[in-house]
Amino acid sequence: MTWVNAVIQGVMLGGLYALFACGLSLMFGVMKVINLAHGDLAMVAAYIALGVVTITHVPAIWSFVLVVPIFAALGYVLQRTLLQASLNRGVITTLLVTFGLSVVIENALQQFLSANSRELNIGSLVSDSFSIGSQITIAYLDLIILVVAVAVLLGLQYFLSSSRSGRMIRAVADDREAAQLAGIDYRHVFGIATAIAFGTVALAGLAYGMYTQFDPTTGTTALLLYAFEAVVIGGLGSLWGTLAGGILLGVAQQVGAQYHAADQVLAGQLLFLIILVLRPQGITSRRELA
Amino acid sequence: MSAVGQDTQAAGGQHPRVAARGPAAGRVVTRSRRSALWAGLAAVVAIAILGYLPYLVFSDTTGLMVQFFQLLIMASMWNLLAGYAGLVSVGHQAFIGLGAYFVVLLAMHGLSPFTAIPIATAAAGVVGLPVWWLVSRLRSGYFAITMWVIASVCMLIIIQISSLGSGTGIALSGLTQSPTLLAADTYWATLAVAVLAIAGIYALLRSRLGLALTAIRDDEAGAKSIGGRVGSVQRLVFLVTALGCGAAGALYAISQQFIVPTAAFDVSFTAEMIFITIIGGIGTIEGPIIGTIVFFILQQTLSADGTWYWIVLGLVAIAVAIWAPRGIWGLVSEKFGIRLFPVGYYVWPAGEQPRRLLARSARP
Amino acid sequence: MTAAGTTGASPLLEVAGLSVHHGQLQALHDVSIAVPAGQVHAMIGANGAGKSTLLRTIAGLHAPTAGSIRLDGRDITGLRPERRVAAGIALVPEGRRLFPSLSVEENLLIGASSRRTGEWSIDAIYDLFGWMRDRRRQRAAQLSGGEQQAVAIGRALAANPRVLLLDELSLGLAPVVVRRIYATLPQLAASGMTILLVEQDVSQALAVASHVHCLLEGRVTLAGPPARLTGAQIEAAYFGVSAASNGNGYGNGSPPGTPASAGPASAGPASASPAISGPAISGPARQADQPPGVHL
Ligand SMILES: Nc1ncnc2c1ncn2[C@@H]1O[C@H](COP(=O)(O)OP(=O)(O)O)[C@@H](O)[C@H]1O
Ligand SMILES: [Mg+2]
Repeated sequence: MTWVNAVIQGVMLGGLYALFACGLSLMFGVMKVINLAHGDLAMVAAYIALGVVTITHVPAIWSFVLVVPIFAALGYVLQRTLLQASLNRGVITTLLVTFGLSVVIENALQQFLSANSRELNIGSLVSDSFSIGSQITIAYLDLIILVVAVAVLLGLQYFLSSSRSGRMIRAVADDREAAQLAGIDYRHVFGIATAIAFGTVALAGLAYGMYTQFDPTTGTTALLLYAFEAVVIGGLGSLWGTLAGGILLGVAQQVGAQYHAADQVLAGQLLFLIILVLRPQGITSRRELA
Repeated sequence: MSAVGQDTQAAGGQHPRVAARGPAAGRVVTRSRRSALWAGLAAVVAIAILGYLPYLVFSDTTGLMVQFFQLLIMASMWNLLAGYAGLVSVGHQAFIGLGAYFVVLLAMHGLSPFTAIPIATAAAGVVGLPVWWLVSRLRSGYFAITMWVIASVCMLIIIQISSLGSGTGIALSGLTQSPTLLAADTYWATLAVAVLAIAGIYALLRSRLGLALTAIRDDEAGAKSIGGRVGSVQRLVFLVTALGCGAAGALYAISQQFIVPTAAFDVSFTAEMIFITIIGGIGTIEGPIIGTIVFFILQQTLSADGTWYWIVLGLVAIAVAIWAPRGIWGLVSEKFGIRLFPVGYYVWPAGEQPRRLLARSARP
Repeated sequence: MTAAGTTGASPLLEVAGLSVHHGQLQALHDVSIAVPAGQVHAMIGANGAGKSTLLRTIAGLHAPTAGSIRLDGRDITGLRPERRVAAGIALVPEGRRLFPSLSVEENLLIGASSRRTGEWSIDAIYDLFGWMRDRRRQRAAQLSGGEQQAVAIGRALAANPRVLLLDELSLGLAPVVVRRIYATLPQLAASGMTILLVEQDVSQALAVASHVHCLLEGRVTLAGPPARLTGAQIEAAYFGVSAASNGNGYGNGSPPGTPASAGPASAGPASASPAISGPAISGPARQADQPPGVHL
């Protein structure tokens, strides 16, 4: 029964990882670059939320109303300036610039906000839970995060398939040059895609900050790699793959932790490596690896 | 740099079409040879002086130099990998950590740590083989970040091994020399590895492979069209960098005498390699040398506060990557037309001639 | 700028002194062409002659190192590709380049991104290609080559261009499919659209165009109305070798109304009919990699 519980907890955790992964996956799908500052941006969002809560005294759980739009705007601006300038130089430059951003963000957070661990205080919600039988306990927060993740993925799916902007994003992802020939300003489309990705990463950062403690290094030591592993496990090009990847990663980690507490992270990474060897295109995707 | 004298031979003999480019090209080669001749002489003198240094200064100075040369080795490796083979890794701390722990392991079994350096280096290279097998099919971002995961896996595995000190770290045994002699030995070993590393990279780039590497640096897609060679050249470079970083890790273990997994596998190592290379000038041998000097000065002036040091470095590296992508050395060599390490294929503006040579030889 | 063979009206599309480099390689040397409104011009030339480079430069995908591009008198040389679409230039690129994961209809809707108005609504495009309406929900990747080419044309039409650039419509398609695709061109021309098309398949190009330009190693070697050009002239301009030394000729590649047998090779374009502009052939002798049009 403890194993069943581990799996269930893993599924819950998987929602959080999917939330982290979908922004990374979207940016990679559209711009063909991996944003190495992804995890640190989530931490920035969590710290901003901390500030918002301190100043406005709104409950932390509502901080997203402010933080997500701020982040989306930040994403658009960053894409149109620094990231576009790097993209003009090439993929390698962009990779290096996002890596540089990651280091700068992490150290700036440490410099200005100290290296101490923080958390977003959501009162009793963090410990409230309900039980199924005698062994399985599900925290409301975990359930909320999973539901939010699924809702975000559904919304994103709907946006991409049904809206004009979503169609342009898919067209640019397919063939940037052909999109230009059809009259699309791909830079603007990149900006939109990045804004969405930043919005989701902000949401993920907030969820993480409510879920557990964080500090300035959490973004690189944990979140970036988890997001990337979820993307690879699930396979690119499909948001459901991202959810599946997040859940598989979460389950692997929880089952690993069940086996030996120190094995939690390692178990997820070994699953990632196994998938990479056996099925490099991910479990859901049929596409070639880019 | 005893190879300087062969310059004409290399340019004219191996690649007759290069020599046939006419007087303009010839002039550039000559100029580059002259500065290289001086550079060669200077290098010999410098190495001699550096080798004599422990008799002149106290061990705190040689200790700093040890750090300097370790950085130089790592940055030169990363530059070879990214600047020439087009492979951006953010996980080469894997080989540093492995090199360090291999030395610890060998010393535990009674080997002198200094004797253990070459063995630990080779072991890191051996680990590089399956790692390459795993990551070789990945491109750019995937490659970069998968290397990071691999470094993390290595660290997590070592944390599980209690005989290696688990997560709390382990002292290096077998260093029985007096502190003064130990400092000098460490210094000499580091200097020797640094000279070997740079001479090795120089030789690699001057060899026939150098042409392929330069082509990959300038245009990977174009170089791909010449067929399967790109893959094998990239593998060779990857393994060389695994060896180089393994050696740097071995030296790191000896100079630290106590190692902790989170420090030995810290991504900061790679961040330093990346920033040094970008700021100094990616895709040139001189770049990492200049970069390490700049870096070291920064480190000494800003080290009072570690976070500021990283913030400044990161911002400068971002700015350089976008607005001056050839780095400090690129600006200098452009302005004064000097090349300290003529690898033969540098006599044209980067990117043009080698590619066309390749393209032509590919389609007869 | 010689706009030979045109009616004298000011050209809608005017390319003057265009030079384009790919790195060190110069793909176009001082190319000048003018296409008057409502006419169909064809650009022929061997593989690698620079035809695609020319169209892509007109569409804004390459920046020229010299020269200018004008649309209806307005200099558009510095405009980004998407702004040129808004100005009225649409390119059907070589290899079709549809968005494979988008449906047929979505491909057309993307083509209408510039929001130019005109007669080419999505419905009008469905009327032009009868089969398309029923299969509009199908993914572009699932279509056959000829169907994809039709969608690519439809996508360009959806932008309601004034100038339509077509790059090798026949590439990789069966002759019967090619004929079907080309059969739609007169309809487009009749609607007043100005067309510049590129072909390696000479007979196809000569059949639809009122004016042909021949490109050889990045230079215009011949230009004129098909009726005034002989097979030998075209062959010489196309390959850069004298017609006599190229034994295989291409009688069935010659357009209707062209003299079947060529004069001596020395009677190059310079001494030919005055309607033919373009410099004498000066390119080096070159091995023909593919005879034009013989497969039709
Ligand atoms: N993107 C590019 N980069 C480098 N060289 C190119 C590129 N595009 C075309 N070329 C070169 O320019 C020349 C003209 O090519 P292209 O315009 O495609 O010819 P065509 O369409 O007539 O076959 C060829 O030698 C080709 O190799
Ligand atoms: Mg072409």
